[in-house]
Amino acid sequence: MSAKLETLSQKLQDRFGDKLLSKKLALGELTVEVAAADYFSLMQSLRDEVDFSFEELIDLCGVDYSTYGDGAWQGKRFAAVVHLLSIAHNVRLRVRVFADSDEFPAVDSVTSLWTSANWFEREAFDLYGIAFIGHEDLRRILTDYGFIGHPFRKDFPISGHVEMRYDPDQGRVVYQPVTIEPRENTPRIVREDTYGDPAHG
Amino acid sequence: MADIRNYTLNFGPQHPAAHGVLRLVLEMDGEVVQRADPHIGLLHRATEKLAETRTWVQSVPYMDRLDYVSTMCNEHAYCLGVEKLLQLEVPERGKYIRTMFDEVTRILNHLLWIGCHALDVGAMTMALYTFREREDLMDAYEAVCGARLHAAYYRPGGVYRDLPDRMPQYRESTWTSAKKAKELNDNRSGSLLDFLEDFTERFPKYHAEYHTLLTDNRIWKQRLVHVGIVSPERAMQLGFTGAMLRGSGIAWDLRKKQPYAAYDKVDFDVPVGVNGDSYDRYLVRMEEMLQSNRIIKQCIAWLRANPGPVITDNHKVAPPNREAMKSNMEELIHHFKLFTEGIHVPPGEAYAAIEHPKGEFGIYFVSDGANKPYRMKIRAPGFAHLAAMDEMANGHMLADVVTIIGSQDIVFGEIDR
Repeated sequence: MSAKLETLSQKLQDRFGDKLLSKKLALGELTVEVAAADYFSLMQSLRDEVDFSFEELIDLCGVDYSTYGDGAWQGKRFAAVVHLLSIAHNVRLRVRVFADSDEFPAVDSVTSLWTSANWFEREAFDLYGIAFIGHEDLRRILTDYGFIGHPFRKDFPISGHVEMRYDPDQGRVVYQPVTIEPRENTPRIVREDTYGDPAHG
Repeated sequence: MADIRNYTLNFGPQHPAAHGVLRLVLEMDGEVVQRADPHIGLLHRATEKLAETRTWVQSVPYMDRLDYVSTMCNEHAYCLGVEKLLQLEVPERGKYIRTMFDEVTRILNHLLWIGCHALDVGAMTMALYTFREREDLMDAYEAVCGARLHAAYYRPGGVYRDLPDRMPQYRESTWTSAKKAKELNDNRSGSLLDFLEDFTERFPKYHAEYHTLLTDNRIWKQRLVHVGIVSPERAMQLGFTGAMLRGSGIAWDLRKKQPYAAYDKVDFDVPVGVNGDSYDRYLVRMEEMLQSNRIIKQCIAWLRANPGPVITDNHKVAPPNREAMKSNMEELIHHFKLFTEGIHVPPGEAYAAIEHPKGEFGIYFVSDGANKPYRMKIRAPGFAHLAAMDEMANGHMLADVVTIIGSQDIVFGEIDR
């Protein structure tokens, strides 16, 4: 498996060169990162060229890096991560593209290359607010009709902003600010590298 | 003559053939579907966001609530993801137990699918037959983990405990006579492996009954053949995996192509369809059940011969046993740290995928080294399959929509997450 990935890694390097902002082979998986401007053309080559022939887009998701490593993150905030699968070569590839703007994140849509990207991009738009330029039907998909905000962003509280209940006076369902208090049972901890090492004082 | 107008039809979310909470907005021309727009998310619980606030072990039971008819397979993908990040090796026996229960789960899933699919299409009897066999397999679930549906049996590093030596017994009660209880306990006198072996002996006979009921049934064929045809090229474009892809004639099975657990050590065949219609997908899944039966048999033989640990002995990931914990200070500290703080997973990202009964079920993790995932993404096979609804239903009659939903094997727990 890893020999196959190394060959693919080399081919990607030869074909795209500087366009790849980073390339990493770790845990038996190959990850490449591209700039938003090169994203669509790279994806098109990955699908159409015989060396790559990634026929299937397995997954596309958004990631919000704003609190990564408890504030250690310096780069751009939103990324779209695509998992591709080549059935002909039996290899997988992960492509990451960061949106240039943190306020209005946008990247190109790949729905014209893979039909399956349609719903995955709608989901990433719904949950992270990443706009996919060129997507023909960019509606919300998982959240409620009329939902406000993008719930998977790290600054969106886990309990949300509004709750819904039946109001007997008005005789209808109403929205109101949430009444539950968020609580954390197990605190989130990032340990230093030497933690648990017997030699560490 | 009255004017004939196109109209919009709301299918679900209360329609029984909508499998729970699918709201399908259909634009109809007479009885022919022009456009199908599924509205999903009615069961959205933000599992991925919840996982970001739970430790790595605490999210395992959430996996059961995704595709609630094949719970152990979901856990398997989750555990493989964590193990990949930790670069942790699972003991051989743990791998075989996982393989066996993955296949038990596959049969459970396909039994429910064929029962409900036939029910939707109009064959009432099938559900009664398949639930008879599901009962036995549910008992196997119960014996091994104490729950019939939401197992939480797989853990990062292996499985929670070894297979039990005895099966739970039926007792005489107001509604079970002594004679009936004895009859029911007949194949439960031995261990779980004996019970499952007995099942694998009986299953091919049951399977033949399903074939008798459906395969050459004229109504069944009229409803399924040439309905929802997907060409191999389109199937790949639409992100199909699993039986949906194999039904279209592409021999792609992760158990063969990218083996995990003990699948590289067991012998089985991969059935492939020809026409890519609902009937082919039906035949593929039917054959898969027999292949699963074969794999279970091989796993039983191996598990009988090879005792050993079922979970890793790395106590930073899996708890020490109770005895060691009570007598050894270090193990006590491990236990305390593991259950208060949880596992620390090194920074990085990993994608682990398994051949779930419905297709490729994958978990993508981003870790920043904390005791909780930074981001978890669930790649649900049903999500991609349902997205193809518009294309598959286009030009078909309204009643065929029900067949197509059935042949996609939709469960909303995983689609809405």
